[in-house]
Amino acid sequence: MQSFEEERLLTAVVELLAEKGHVSASEIAERIAITDEASPRLGARLVAKAWLDPAFRQLLLADGSKAAESIGIMMRGVPPLGVLENTSDLHHLVVCTLCSCYPRAVLGYPPFWFKSPAYRARAVREPRAVLKSWGTALPSTTRIRVVDSTADYRWMVLPVRPAGTDGLNEDALAALVDEGDLIGVTIPSFDVAN
Amino acid sequence: MTLDVGSRVRVDDRWPERQGPAHIRTPHYLRGRRGKIVRYLGEFADPEQLAFNRPAQRRALYHVMFASADLWVDAEPADILVEIFDHWLVEEA
Repeated sequence: MQSFEEERLLTAVVELLAEKGHVSASEIAERIAITDEASPRLGARLVAKAWLDPAFRQLLLADGSKAAESIGIMMRGVPPLGVLENTSDLHHLVVCTLCSCYPRAVLGYPPFWFKSPAYRARAVREPRAVLKSWGTALPSTTRIRVVDSTADYRWMVLPVRPAGTDGLNEDALAALVDEGDLIGVTIPSFDVAN
Repeated sequence: MTLDVGSRVRVDDRWPERQGPAHIRTPHYLRGRRGKIVRYLGEFADPEQLAFNRPAQRRALYHVMFASADLWVDAEPADILVEIFDHWLVEEA
């Protein structure tokens, strides 16, 4: 909730930007709408598509922004999207030790813990302990790669498709993937009994 | 692009933030450390200039791989992969 003073300041800045021709009120409204609409559901859809379609998977890994645009996600004016492929031998964990760089276009607003000093400090130094605190146990043979997001790219993880999901369609697969899986603190699972 | 994939590099042990206000995207824990170029990511406007609304030069950005064991004595074994601009990287022989 903004205070009256903050509201006044915001209005003044927006009016100045419009007056000087930098950005119009409708462009700001459009950007806010896009940001509000973005959620981990978009990232999950990219993942489900990549699990089903090898050509899409290739595109996603080579050029995340192009892949996102190809399914109608607005990537104009946002930082390029890089996608990190997990395998049974390699697990990626994304952190921004400097601040809170996050692939908002495909994941929405970052969760509070992603911005916490504790996560940012621990992820690079004791990633396996961090994963354990999320209940994520990886085999000791799986190599861990921490990706510190420091500059112009924004990074998302492409998790390993869980076993037993052969017959599932795109929607069902996307439903298995959540925010933590796309950051790398958790891995998607599938209960065969379902 | 001036550095080849596979090149061994050292991150400059510079601390511009000690000289005055600075906006640095090279994390402290990597200053002076050795790593390897794994990918050229493209050219981007220098955030150190952008942050102060100065004319920003376009600079090559690389994905550089480090081993956690080379960064901290008590670190768990892991790869640490970080975006670093070329003016922070010194090629090693």
